[in-house]
Parts: sequence; C-alpha cells; structure tokens
Amino acid sequence: MANADIFQIRTEEAPKLAAPISTSGVIGWMRQNLFSSIGNTVLTVIGILIAYSLIMPFIQFAIIDAVWTGDDRTACLAVEGAGHAGACWAYVIDYLPQFIYGRYPTEEIYRVNIVYALFVLLLVPLLMPSAPYKGINALLFLVVFPIISYFLLTGLEFGDTVVLPIVETARWGGLLVTLVIAVTGIVASLPLGIALALGRRSNMPIIKMVSVIFIEFWRGVPLITVLFMSSVMLPLFLPEGVTFDKLLRVLIGVTLFSAAYMAEVVRGGLQAIPKGQYEGAMALGLRFWQMMGLIILPQALKLVIPGIVNTFIGLFKDTTLVLIVGMFDLLGQIQSSFSDPNWSTPTQGHTGYLFAAIVFFIFCFGMSRYSIFMENKLHTGHKR
Amino acid sequence: MSNKILPLVLGTAMGVAASAANATTLEDVKAKGFVQCGVSQGLPGFSNPDAQGNWTGLDVDLCRGVAAAVFGDASAVKFTPLSAKERFTALQSGEIDILSRNTTWTMSRDTQLGLNFAGVNYYDGQGFMVRKDLGVTSALEMSGASVCTNTGTTTELNVADYFRANNMPYEIVAFEKADEVVAAYDAGRCDVYTTDASGLYAQRLKLTNPADHMVLPEIISKEPLGPVVRQGDDEWFNIAKWTLNAMINAEEMGVTSANVDDMKGSDNPSIKRLLGVEGAFGEAIGLGNDWAYNVIKGVGNYGESFDANVGPDTPLGIARGVNALWSNGGFLYAPPVR
Repeated sequence: MANADIFQIRTEEAPKLAAPISTSGVIGWMRQNLFSSIGNTVLTVIGILIAYSLIMPFIQFAIIDAVWTGDDRTACLAVEGAGHAGACWAYVIDYLPQFIYGRYPTEEIYRVNIVYALFVLLLVPLLMPSAPYKGINALLFLVVFPIISYFLLTGLEFGDTVVLPIVETARWGGLLVTLVIAVTGIVASLPLGIALALGRRSNMPIIKMVSVIFIEFWRGVPLITVLFMSSVMLPLFLPEGVTFDKLLRVLIGVTLFSAAYMAEVVRGGLQAIPKGQYEGAMALGLRFWQMMGLIILPQALKLVIPGIVNTFIGLFKDTTLVLIVGMFDLLGQIQSSFSDPNWSTPTQGHTGYLFAAIVFFIFCFGMSRYSIFMENKLHTGHKR
Repeated sequence: MSNKILPLVLGTAMGVAASAANATTLEDVKAKGFVQCGVSQGLPGFSNPDAQGNWTGLDVDLCRGVAAAVFGDASAVKFTPLSAKERFTALQSGEIDILSRNTTWTMSRDTQLGLNFAGVNYYDGQGFMVRKDLGVTSALEMSGASVCTNTGTTTELNVADYFRANNMPYEIVAFEKADEVVAAYDAGRCDVYTTDASGLYAQRLKLTNPADHMVLPEIISKEPLGPVVRQGDDEWFNIAKWTLNAMINAEEMGVTSANVDDMKGSDNPSIKRLLGVEGAFGEAIGLGNDWAYNVIKGVGNYGESFDANVGPDTPLGIARGVNALWSNGGFLYAPPVR
C-alpha cells in the first residue's frame, strides 16, 4: 500500500460547535418549555393573550394615564367625553403624610420618624444572621425600644413640666397604627403562644385546662367580635367616665387572639418531635426548661416557621379590621380620605385601594421572603 | 334584633351610670378643658378630615360652636370618629359629650335610648338622581325604571313604598357598598340612583361627568339630622340646643363672624340680647353672657357654616332648599332669645 504511511492525525481539538440553536439560549428555552407541542403552543398563546389583556389596562391606568401633579380634584377629572382618567396619584401624594402618620400633630411628627428609624436600625441587624451582638440587639429591640417608643409616641409630662407634649391615640392613624398593632401583636403573641402550647401539653391538670379553655375561647370567636366587644360592650361595664384607651383595648384583643392561633401552630411543631428526643433529654438529666429550651423548642419552632409566618401575615392584614371600632389604620385612613369632597373623582377610590394594596404587599411579601430565607438557613436534613 | 337588645343594654348602662352619678357634663367639660365630640368616620361636608387632618363640616362646626360657647375658644374640642353602630353607646357611656354625626331624629331613638335630640341642623331626605339626557323632570315619570341603591337599608324600603304608592313598576339593582352603587350607576346599569339627598350630591362628584346628572326635586322620606346629648342633664342639653339656635338666629339677624364686633353696638334689641349686651341669658344656661358672641365669632352663623361646608361654592354644591331660613321659605326657625 503506497499510501499506508499517510496518517491523518489531528494535532488540535476539533473546534467545539455551539449547541443547535433549537436547544440553547432563549429560543431553545422557549421551544422546550413553551412551544414543545401543538397543544403547548396553543396554551402559550392563550396565556400570553390573557396576561396581555390584564396587564396592559393596569399599566395604562396606573402609569400611562395617571395624573402625578395637581392641587385638587380638577386635576384628576377626565377630559370631557374621553371617559375615565388614570390613577390620581396627585391625591395620594397630597394625602401621603396622613396615610403615614394619621392625624398626628405636624410639629410632633419628628417623634414618629425617630421611632420608625429606631425600628429599622434595630430590626435589620436582628434579622441578619451574620450581624454581631445578637444578645444586646435583642435586648434593645424587645425591652428598650418599646419603652422609648411608648414615651416618644404618647408623650411625657410630669405635672406642669412638658418634656414631650401628649398626643392622644385618637390622633394616631395610617401606617403608624397598622405597624403599632402588627408589631405589638407579632412580638407579644409568639412567647404567649409558646407558653400556651406548652401549657396545653402539660401533665398538670389546672394549667392544661386553663390553656385549653383560653385557646378554644379565643379561637372560637371572630376577631371582629373581639374588637367590637372591647369598644362597645366594655365601656358599658365600667363606671361612667372611666374609659381606657381604645388603642390599648385593640392591642390586648389582637394579641390574645393571635396568641391562641400561635399556640396551635407551635403545638403542631411539638407533636412532630419524636418521643425519643424528650426521653434522651431527660436521660441526660436536663430539667424541664432546659429540655424545652435546648432540645425540643429549637427543633419544633424550626419545623413550624411557615405556619408562624403565616399567622404573622394574617395578623398584619387583620389590622385593617380596627376600622370598625373607629380606629384608622392605613386602609381606614385611605377610606376616610374618600370623604374629602376636594378630591372626589371617579378614580379616587381605585387609586386609594391600589396604594393600600401596594403597601400591604410590600410588607407581607417581605415577611414571606424572610421566612423562606430562614428556612433555608436552618434546614439541617429535613429539606427535600 | 338590635332594636330589642339595644335599649336593654343601654338600660343596664344607665343603671351603672346612675350609680356612679357625679359631676354634670358641663362641670366635667370645664374640668378637662375641651368638649369631646362624636362625629362620623367621614361624610363629605358634614364631618370629614381634610388633607391636613383637620375636621371640617357642618356637624363639626356645631361642636366647635358648643366649645366656643363654653370656653370662648372654638378649637377647645376633640373629635371621636364613630361608626353608626358605636355612636349611641359612646354617648351613653360618657366617652363623648355630644354626638354630632348626621343622626336622624326618630321617636324610638329619642325615647328609648336615654338620649335627647337638641334640634335639627340639616333637613335631609331620600332623593333621586338621573341622567339629564333621560329627559325626566319628576320622580313620577320614572315608571319602569331600574333603581340603584344600597342593600338592607331603609333606603331600599322607602323606594319600594314610593313606587308602589304611585303604581309604578320598577326594578331594584342593589349593592353592598356606596362605591359599588355609584360605579354601577355611572356604568349605566340603572336609570336612577337613590340615597339621602346630601349623599347624592357627595357621590355625584365621583361620576365621570357630574354635569350630565341631576337630582330630582322629590324627597320621599324625612331625615332630620341633629346633635344628640345624654338624657337627664338638662343644663348641657340647653347649651347644645341654644348653640344651634344662636347660629340660626344670628343668620336671621344678619350677624356674621365678620361683623359681630360691630353688631355689638347695634340698636336692635334682639341682637343686643343675642350678643349679651342686654339681659343675662348666658348665665341662665350656666355660661358667660357673651356665649353667643363667642359662637358666632368662632364658627360664624348657620348660613356661613352651610356655605363653607356644603353650599353652592363648595364641590358638593348643595342649594339651601328646605334648609333655608323660615323667612326665605325653608324650615329653619329658631325660638327667639328673650
């Protein structure tokens, strides 16, 4: 063979070809996920059409047609014969201080701002697992912060000496009331709920009975009834002239109510811990609180994070119910602004509710994302 | 149900209140330094907070008037927004001193709840609103109309009575919330929108083209709205009653917040008596003799208050109508100060 000594040997690798365009990149992804068959193609097209017909009018209303500046209702009125105008953000901007602070006196608003700032400054490092000094931070947030903000918000007067003028809670409103109720409810209901859950599983008959009665009573009545009773019935049982603060009544009602729900969520976690864990702890010679604090609760609470956050989010949204007892939370303040004839237009209501929805979504979505972050951080073998 | 239970509950409350009977309302008010006034959670022109958070409205002005009568300072008043359900309990339990919250004066409320109505500061009534292009000029031409209204209110019953009494077929389109009713009417789902006349004017602002709609002249129910105080404290009752009367009398005599100082030098004996230049009418109700002067100086006469809050120059644009003075063909008639 004359050519037997001719070899073809590649001295370098063949150039890598890009994957076929039909399986890579955006087009590939779309082919695989959206247009892989005739049926899927049809569904995709229908889906896009539905999304388009829902989202476009929303954008049109909220952004394109919206009115951003103006002094009164005439700015937001539709052009004659052109139908509805878009969202009236000028009205929200005009009312923004009231939505955030309620009717808190203007010259005292800096006090609310200090409370907001302290809240963020103390809460953010507490939520970040990598931030140092957790113990001091928690102490500041749970003990010092409530005392400071109580005096900042309500005021401080010794007889005739006015340190901070008193602002009665009837003038609080908007986001301030929403946050005060939600944060107090959330912070107070968790420990109370844990105590009730432990009480319900206790072997001591009286503690067990009291816990069961408490939980079943508060779970058995609607929150509206609780609020209504506290504001309408309670004053009738007190001597004439003796009233105690409406916001305080609401705070107590909301806290006890959510504590009962929290107790059942925590009890669910306690049930899930195998008996061996209890026995192991006891075999080590741990006492009850050591066993609970070191072995059982860390595992149980981790299991029920989604349930706990669920209750928190529910509580946050339930704060809107205080409107029926004449307190103005964010939603109530927005609804009350609808009665201002200087701003009433066909789109005033839509704009106000849209604003409320956006604010509530930001808070609830934030809580939800943080709970997922914590779950991922704490998972130690349970994750699927 | 509430009709049977409420008096019972309030009766119990009165028992409690009686056992703890102490100072009179006037003494309490003077001691704490302000009048606690119950208002609505927001009714345009009657009691609504503005963008700065100040309460304004016809009902609000009455409370400011009472504060001016007692303290000479129309700002010595604090407002408690109340829902319709809470309002009577709040008054009964002493949480508020006076209820000025578009409350209709009815016999059962006046007699069974332990309350007293101090007068009428707005004569309301259920009315109809239609599109101008329908060409209807009277409610009697509305045979076969579809009527938008709120569910479960007396409004709905009044409509039924009115159309049946006039042998007209009709169709009810009812919704839970006022906003839904307005939206439905605006979208053309019904020919007529009915609620209290003052409400019609307020809701008209939320229509796409308010100028295309008109309120018909017929009023089919009586809704006299007025301030309410606790029964059994006649001194305080007199103060509330005469604050309102002073505002109405002042309008009749042409005394306004602008000219009240000049009017003190008037030769008219009625004005002299009203402003405390002659006689001791203020002392008779436990106040200073310049009580009415303070009311007018602080909030103006009834006409000024009406024009500033609901009158033709406000967005609401309500005409005086039956709320004009008796001398102008309306219902407002205050007993003389003498």
